[in-house]
Amino acid sequence: MTASRQVYLDNNATTQVAPEVVEAMLPFFTLLYGNPSSMHTFGGQVAQYLTRAREQVAALLNAHPDEILFTSCGTESDNHSIKGVLEAFPEKRHIVTTKVEHPAVLSVCRHFGKKGYTVTELPVNNRGDLNLDQLSDSLTPDTAILSVMAANNESGNLFPIDKIGAIAKEKGVVFHTDAVQAAGKIPLDMLKLQADLLSISGHKLHAPKGIGILYVRRGTRIAPFLHGGHQERGRRAGTENVPYIVGLGKACELARQEIFEESNRLRLLRDRLEKGLFETVPFTHINGDPDWRLPNTTNLGFEFIEGEAILLHLSAAGIAASSGSACTSGSLEPSHVLMAMGVPFTYAHGSVRFSLSKYNTDEEIDYVLLTLPRIVQKLRDMSPFYPKGASRVAEAGK
Amino acid sequence: MWEYTSTVIDHFTNPRNMGEIEDANAVGEVGSLACGDALKLFLKIDPGSKKIVDAKFKTFGCASAIASASALTEMVKGKSLEDALKISNEDIARFLGGLPEQKMHCSVMGKEALDAAVANFKGDATKEHEEEAVICKCFWVSEKKIREVISANRLTTVEQVTNYTKAGGGCGGCIPDIQRILADVAHEKRVEGKTETPKMTNLKRIQLIAQTIEKDVAPMLRADGGDIELIDIDGTIVKVRLRGACSHCSGAKASLQHLVQDTLRRLVSNDIVVVEEA
Repeated sequence: MTASRQVYLDNNATTQVAPEVVEAMLPFFTLLYGNPSSMHTFGGQVAQYLTRAREQVAALLNAHPDEILFTSCGTESDNHSIKGVLEAFPEKRHIVTTKVEHPAVLSVCRHFGKKGYTVTELPVNNRGDLNLDQLSDSLTPDTAILSVMAANNESGNLFPIDKIGAIAKEKGVVFHTDAVQAAGKIPLDMLKLQADLLSISGHKLHAPKGIGILYVRRGTRIAPFLHGGHQERGRRAGTENVPYIVGLGKACELARQEIFEESNRLRLLRDRLEKGLFETVPFTHINGDPDWRLPNTTNLGFEFIEGEAILLHLSAAGIAASSGSACTSGSLEPSHVLMAMGVPFTYAHGSVRFSLSKYNTDEEIDYVLLTLPRIVQKLRDMSPFYPKGASRVAEAGK
Repeated sequence: MWEYTSTVIDHFTNPRNMGEIEDANAVGEVGSLACGDALKLFLKIDPGSKKIVDAKFKTFGCASAIASASALTEMVKGKSLEDALKISNEDIARFLGGLPEQKMHCSVMGKEALDAAVANFKGDATKEHEEEAVICKCFWVSEKKIREVISANRLTTVEQVTNYTKAGGGCGGCIPDIQRILADVAHEKRVEGKTETPKMTNLKRIQLIAQTIEKDVAPMLRADGGDIELIDIDGTIVKVRLRGACSHCSGAKASLQHLVQDTLRRLVSNDIVVVEEA
């Protein structure tokens, strides 16, 4: 299954580590291996690089460096937020989240649901959008935390976290947002967003796997996650993962420099991919809100066929994408996000997500536009549900 | 990513006998869009010799569903009806060099389509789904199908039943029913076994106890993070050591011991006493 070319369009799963990031990290595996907590210059000199990385992250978020906590991944940041706030407000027994959160949030909330907490999972409409009145009504004096993602990993939908933050503040509820998919793709300004806690994962923005960020607004009540040494101001003990922190700092610096230009370029590229597929492939649907999405993501539903089969044919052609179909997830039902949106079974099983990055080119999109329609037609010709005489894919490349 | 064999990938990439037979005299259709996979099997059976002269299929589903359907058509072509009906879902999986455990339901779907097509040919009033007791409402799986698949594949855990039939893989509401059916089928097996071996030699009983613990008891415990070790057998007394997730809780321990004893009594001999070795 090795194709002559590789087109990587699964950047919401993980991204290529930027060469500049790798380069920035290397000295910290060889010369600069000291422990930043040490009292000698050998270790102490490393501390200044930690400070710099923290400043680079803070700059991307328009935050104070002391509000940036380094963690091991996005999942840790999500766990820390929810568990830390529940511990800090032991008298409050209610959690509000949404049905379409990443498992790193949803599973944590449901875990506390089993331990006696009341968990409200807000529904979404068929475009994947929340009802803010309903969200506001769900917050009570007993609510300890509201956790709503900034952007959905599958549909790419953006939630209005500025408005949601304002509602949470008015109701006096701590607001956490999982910004793992949003960070680096759309601007996040912590002076404007009233989020108290915000999670970021390094490997979604061209840093390596194994490093994450938790933004903690000054004054937020939250219990430590790892107990031990004094690192991360006592909130997250453990010797700092210096090379990865430096790499993540660099990745944030690159993201800050490129974000406006890249998000526009990716939007055009994504739209061209979508438009091209709509023109050639009949019975195709967008899963998500076409007007309010991440610029790099499209989630398409192809009727009559199944996602895993599409992905394997794409993979044989060197194209990497992902699917919310049951067969790919290892479960037997389509993804919880598509189900929460009420995507009909006719194309929920045939959903494919393409997520782009700064390394994707126009030429790669042309290749997908040439390849995918044939795959869809091949599988439709095989499907007992594809009506005889129904329209076929148009010859691409005209 | 799933680990598919090269045969699965081959049959997925280049499916054999894909399409429809216009003048098919046996058509079997199973699965649905909601379930995520479906198979329509077309057979042309010679009315005189009852030989399958042609077979084609159409499939909606993942790679292993497509490969299973392709394999099935290759396997039945040229066979007499009688021989074709002997093909089990395990045979389909074996033809493909094996399927991932979670994908075994694709081979079951092949077997079902074959049965449905033959029933269609014979003009049998094929039992409609509605007539049967439906256990899994998410994937519309009947008790009959679950029983058949448990027996044919010697399944012992709910997880296996889900992998083979999908039952229990949706809301999970039917899991207690599946547990009941598993216990019931195991019981029936024991009753059958009992009539054929009224007296058991000591050696045979020891073997059967060891085998039952390994095949029927251990998987249940392992599914919950526990385990069991057979220490000794002294007449009707079976000494075991229980390990794992539940082993420090005395209440759980007592019920575990009861479960082990119950299973051995059902499957081996009803005078067995299980004691726990400290």
